[in-house]
Amino acid sequence: MTTTYRNAVHDAIADAMRADDRVVLLGEDVGRYGGTYAVSKGMLAEFGADRIRDTPISELGFVGIGIGAALGGLRPIVEVMTVNFSLLALDQIVNTAAALRHMSSGQFSVPVVVRMATGAGRQLAAQHSHSLENWYAHIPGITVLAPSTVADAYGMLRTALSSPDPVIIAEHVGLYNLSADLEELQPTDISRAALRRNGTDATIIAYGGCVPKALDAAEQLAQAGVDCDVIDLRVLRPLDDATIMESVARTHRVVVVDEAWHTGSLAGEISARIVEQAFYELDAPIARVCTAEVPIPYAKHLEEAALPQPDKIVAAVRGLFGQDRWAGAQRPGTGGR
Amino acid sequence: MPALGADMDEGRLDEWRIQPGDTVTRGQIVAVVETTKAAVEIECWHEGVVNELLVPVGETVAVGTPLATLAEPGDQPGSAAPKAAPAAVAGAPVGHRQWVSPAARRTAAALGVDLKSVTGTGPQGAVTLHDVEHAAATAHHEAPTPPPPPPPADGAPESAPKSAPRSAAEKARERGAAMRASIAAAMSRSKREIPHYYLADEIILDTALAWLTEQNTGRPITERILPAVLQLKAVALATVRFSEFNGFWRSDHSGEHFEPANGTHVGVAISLRGGGLVAPAIHDVAEKPLAELMEDLTDLVARARAGSLRSSEMSDPTITVTNLGANGVDSVFGVIYPQQVAIVGFGKPAQRVVVVDGGIRVATTVHSTLAADHRASDGARGALFLAEINRLLQQPQEL
Repeated sequence: MTTTYRNAVHDAIADAMRADDRVVLLGEDVGRYGGTYAVSKGMLAEFGADRIRDTPISELGFVGIGIGAALGGLRPIVEVMTVNFSLLALDQIVNTAAALRHMSSGQFSVPVVVRMATGAGRQLAAQHSHSLENWYAHIPGITVLAPSTVADAYGMLRTALSSPDPVIIAEHVGLYNLSADLEELQPTDISRAALRRNGTDATIIAYGGCVPKALDAAEQLAQAGVDCDVIDLRVLRPLDDATIMESVARTHRVVVVDEAWHTGSLAGEISARIVEQAFYELDAPIARVCTAEVPIPYAKHLEEAALPQPDKIVAAVRGLFGQDRWAGAQRPGTGGR
Repeated sequence: MPALGADMDEGRLDEWRIQPGDTVTRGQIVAVVETTKAAVEIECWHEGVVNELLVPVGETVAVGTPLATLAEPGDQPGSAAPKAAPAAVAGAPVGHRQWVSPAARRTAAALGVDLKSVTGTGPQGAVTLHDVEHAAATAHHEAPTPPPPPPPADGAPESAPKSAPRSAAEKARERGAAMRASIAAAMSRSKREIPHYYLADEIILDTALAWLTEQNTGRPITERILPAVLQLKAVALATVRFSEFNGFWRSDHSGEHFEPANGTHVGVAISLRGGGLVAPAIHDVAEKPLAELMEDLTDLVARARAGSLRSSEMSDPTITVTNLGANGVDSVFGVIYPQQVAIVGFGKPAQRVVVVDGGIRVATTVHSTLAADHRASDGARGALFLAEINRLLQQPQEL
């Protein structure tokens, strides 16, 4: 069965709504319009206006409604058009959803799932293109997911709905048209990172929209004789340190790819953890490939230039090797005669 | 600097046996190079007059670095010899302390490598794991004439000479650690890259041993031929018909492929008394009479244990034979030395109960095994290859 990332998210919501009457969807344009990214197309007809709620343009309001509904016993899915707009709901998410279990000594659960589009690459300019999911990964009390595959687009949402605590899902806008041939869609784990490619020479760590770019770079590098692990973080909070450190212990070289800006990025947090936990495994400085420190430009060529791209990842991996070693890796058959 | 095995990336020049102006003939030993495994005598395969020695004694250079230039007979010495690029200088880069990666620093401490003697090839000239592992191959040997220490400038990093000569025991321990690292690298690569398959056979030796006893009658003890030599010869002759076990699995521009060997140079696994092992080649085993092979084997074992092997012996094996019979095991399933594609093992010859023509007999037998690279050959051919070795050992007069 060939399906897309967009359809996988659609199916995850629809399957959850069929399986559990408590599941509702609310957000801007999710009903009559079918969702900004057409994820909820057709749902209003199937589930009715009680369960598919079009909301006013007020993130603070409708995210708060979702949290209240969760406290009241529902399993709401709140769609926020982009992570940029979710900043209007930061108070609800950070001060209410993330904190209530802790502040009520465990008496209140907030089982809300907040989905938001993130990332750049579609010429939507600075106010619709940023990657701020790291801001949520900073907050204890919430789980932050970044599905990068069709299987995870379906599976992580299904599993997230069974979490008793708030879950943020960051869906990269560049992935909605991604398609894959899968036998069946099923819930997937939301605690571990995944090794998407196995190599020996360097580890490329990425998540969300940067995973396909990292895999592309790894293929280019493999043709030049440098074989890379590619780790898809999947879960941005809590981070799966074990998978990262296991890989670093084998490859001794790391490039972290992150569509956020360098400063204060998740890539910085991962680098710090590697230095804390695997310093003596490192054979080269940790390299980061992040977005240029500018608001994402509208112009296509400038937008592309600002973002992590496969050629930048290739160059970063090359930088982890000295010139001689790189030449050696590219020159097959130097041993023996 | 020749590659004396697939795992060698650099070597340290220990001794020159030639001087500028000397005439060199094909096959002449011109230098001694220190590798992880032994001090190896380097043969020169060109004729000419030595023009210039490019690498001083004590220097470690990468495989492929020109060691010396020769003028062809008749050339004017010193005329058109190309200069080699100056070798990188060991020690700390100027202006900051020597940069060493954390992993390299830890490994250097574990292997007893003095970081000051290591040249960094990593990012920004940092010493990397790779640099330390390869320095471990050479660092166990003191330079014969260390230069007097220069007066240290205040605060400036310098490549300090060793403060005190190390004891023989310490050197042996370092060489042991370096050899372990080298064996570990080659064997890990083998198990990582080579899809091994394993086959075993039992060979009745009665005919061969009876024939050998007859042949050895009248020979002085020192010249007697051992059964191990029959095995070497049988393996070599079997590769004539089964050439896919004799050669190398190569990865190069044209992809991965099997490259058949030009001759049958059988590597003989020799365990060293201090621990570790080497597997140098006896050349052209298929063409040599048994008596000559016996001499070669005796000489090779003695020189391997003395640590003086020749470059061609280290780099040339096209298939390996390992014999652990003397250690009392029945069978040995070997690990292929990259980039070879097969290793034949023999256990101890012993009296065993066998069934011959429907009757039970006690006979002297040996278990033969084959570990082969499935990329280069398949089990059916491997089985025929082992059967051919068996057949040859039933007809010792053909050996």
